[in-house]
Amino acid sequence: MSRGIRDQVAVVGVGCCQFGENWDQSPSDMIVDAAYEAYADAGIDDPHERIEAVFTGSLYSQKGPHECSDALKMFHRPVSMVSNYCATGTDAFRYGVMSVAAGMYDVVLVVGYDKPKDRGVSGPSVMMDGVRELPKTPAGWFALCAATYFEKYGASRDDLAKIAIKNHHNGTLAPKSFLKREITLEDYKKARIISWPFGLYDSAAQTDGAAAAILCRADLAKQFRDDPVLVKAVSIQSGPNPQKDPDNDFLSWKPTGWAATDAYAQAGIGDPRAAIGVAQVHDCFSLTELLTYEDLGFCEKGSAKEHIASGEFELGGSLPVNTDGGLKTFGHPTGATGVRMIYENVLQLQGRAGPRQVPGAEGKLALSHNIGGHPTACGIAILGRE
Amino acid sequence: MAGIASYGAYVPRTRLSLAALGGRPPKEGGPEKAVAWNDEDAVTMAVSAAVNCLRGLDRAKVDGVVFASTSYPFQEKQGAALIAKALDLRRDVRTSDQSGSLRAGIAALRAAVDAVRAGSASHVLVVASDCRMAAPGSSLEAGLGDGAAAFLVSDENPIARLDGGFAVADEIVDLWRTSGDAFVHSWEDRFVVQEGYVPSLCEAVAGLLDRLGATAGDFARVCLYAPDRRSHATVARKLALDADRVQDPLIGRLGNAGCAFAPLLLAAALESAREGDRLLVASYGDGAEALAFTTSEHVAKLEARRGVSWHLERRRSVASYDQYLKARSLNASEWEAAAGPGLSATIHHRERDEDLALVGQKCNACGAVQFPNQRVCETCFAKDDFERARLSDRVGRVVTYTFDFFFPTPAPPTIVTVTEVDGARIHLQLVNARPEDTKTGLPVEFELRRIHTAGGRPNYHWKATPAEERA
Repeated sequence: MSRGIRDQVAVVGVGCCQFGENWDQSPSDMIVDAAYEAYADAGIDDPHERIEAVFTGSLYSQKGPHECSDALKMFHRPVSMVSNYCATGTDAFRYGVMSVAAGMYDVVLVVGYDKPKDRGVSGPSVMMDGVRELPKTPAGWFALCAATYFEKYGASRDDLAKIAIKNHHNGTLAPKSFLKREITLEDYKKARIISWPFGLYDSAAQTDGAAAAILCRADLAKQFRDDPVLVKAVSIQSGPNPQKDPDNDFLSWKPTGWAATDAYAQAGIGDPRAAIGVAQVHDCFSLTELLTYEDLGFCEKGSAKEHIASGEFELGGSLPVNTDGGLKTFGHPTGATGVRMIYENVLQLQGRAGPRQVPGAEGKLALSHNIGGHPTACGIAILGRE
Repeated sequence: MAGIASYGAYVPRTRLSLAALGGRPPKEGGPEKAVAWNDEDAVTMAVSAAVNCLRGLDRAKVDGVVFASTSYPFQEKQGAALIAKALDLRRDVRTSDQSGSLRAGIAALRAAVDAVRAGSASHVLVVASDCRMAAPGSSLEAGLGDGAAAFLVSDENPIARLDGGFAVADEIVDLWRTSGDAFVHSWEDRFVVQEGYVPSLCEAVAGLLDRLGATAGDFARVCLYAPDRRSHATVARKLALDADRVQDPLIGRLGNAGCAFAPLLLAAALESAREGDRLLVASYGDGAEALAFTTSEHVAKLEARRGVSWHLERRRSVASYDQYLKARSLNASEWEAAAGPGLSATIHHRERDEDLALVGQKCNACGAVQFPNQRVCETCFAKDDFERARLSDRVGRVVTYTFDFFFPTPAPPTIVTVTEVDGARIHLQLVNARPEDTKTGLPVEFELRRIHTAGGRPNYHWKATPAEERA
């Protein structure tokens, strides 16, 4: 369990490029869009003077940290790349937070990005890594909890549909989302199956994107903004390969529970349901979001379907989740996702989220959650106002 | 005024239902595609279409043949001469093939009109024919169909006069087949449609309308090449076409007949055209080309042709996918060896200015020239404030160099330089020089070369060569 860095580091600027099939944009172009928006958000007009270090996260880039340093011309200072499956964005953020909390730097930039649409593949890529490895897709990994969970708790695709419909709706309210289209239960049921029980609408879109955040020492934050956001907790937890873990009950993903316990301890949260006002969770597939409600302690294990039915995770509910439409509508440019969630949470905490603003979010905490690998790693960040 | 004096078409009678293609029993009335049978190919279909075009006309007048195809069986040996012989045309007929692109058929038609207008030919037969092969089981397979269209171009009694044309060229790796490839390769379909087909086709049509001072609503029929039904609808919507003016693309009946596809749609439009109708046809491939015609008083006088509808009515279903595979000598269990995807076609398209034109940028704030293009100035940090700077025709100088004995080349070493041109520094190979000729400060000029091959495709980029006296 970590000692935590509560209230030592502030987020003073955030930026996010338009997510989508950005055929005409290179990774560098998207990095520039996101970073310069974050500079402006922090009121920084001399970034090359103010930014002391850069932490960048990407899963697909073969170019390492230079892709980011060259795009932004951030030379003569440390620029490092972080990679941690789908939790890459949250982990890059964690490195930035740690570097400031450790006293190494006063002001740092975090940039998460990825460009899967340059690969020439529509939909999931089928991986074949070795002789005994089954041809596999992410949908196939994340679907493995469905049979067991449905059998034990009586949930079904009807419950998953509500999550997909909610996220599609929220995406229509987020200017930078890729999919801006409401879907109906009928659309959901008619869509083709990717890997049972996941159909097209249970699965995140595939997009390019970049997002950025500027962090500084908490005591310097007011130099940049009057309404800075403080980092309450940030945690990354690794987990065993769930496919060969002998203790796995296939009713939850272990790393989420572990990261939640760690992050809540850091932030001093006893009752997450009461403390957290808005959450962005990893909805690579609809069931991942459902399990995450429980694994984060938003509701009891097995009870998610009742809470979904009550509408409490919808905009207007008591704990809105994926207020911007999540991975479902933003897609999942891996390195960008965790930082994009922080962008949304910062907007929510500062009352700047427009038509998707959660009333009263400013007075509570905002949580973001990534899970990646088979899944084998989870990252959580908790932010709040002073 | 030169134009189309006659037309003909050919569509193979054998039709493969998409149900059979998916391993299900063929469904009568369901979607299908026309498939050339085992004794048919681009040449036989071309000859049949040409026969239908020339029916009742004096063949002795034909003094030119242009054969357009991307799937002619020979790499060396002309198709037009073979077709001219099969049609028993006169010996002093000018023949040429037009190939390599899906818009070869429309480009050939326009070139024929130009030749007649220039007075270098009087009756040119243009035949577009394609029988492209997709790998069994691939996503392209359901879309491709086979067929041919023929036009006689002349200024004697034209039924449709060419009013104008407009073309754009775009370097894009969307669909390709290198020499030796049996099957058409494709980059991601969403990229092909969104970055290639839709913008290029719309640009060509908009350019043509602008040139003619016309609007899409002035045309009685608009014939659009399309890779699939959805993209066809997208372009029709972007051009704000009324549904009754859009020529039926025959998807689900004919299939995408390659460079013959747009010509077949034009032939179909001519079948029902009345005097004074304006027709628009647009084809895609490495850019796009659009042509506009107006039908004349002769359209009613031309004897009925064996056109598209005549052929579509005459059909027989292929009993099974297996039978189709046999007719095409395909082995469904043996996929074409994957050569890897090669370099990203998306990046290739995005970076075509730098990679193929050696175009860099000049900062408007500080004047520094840079390569490749970037958004933040390397020198003064100004953002998004640049103009284009072509470097390929400049003289540079070698800043530093090394001799690389491991870079794969028939005669190592490869000379690798950092070359400065107008202040931009570029990592470039040096050719036409020996190590002992290589010095810092050496003036160099630039030549386009094949830099490497990946995924079976050659990649082109510029190399430095010692500067010579200006010729």
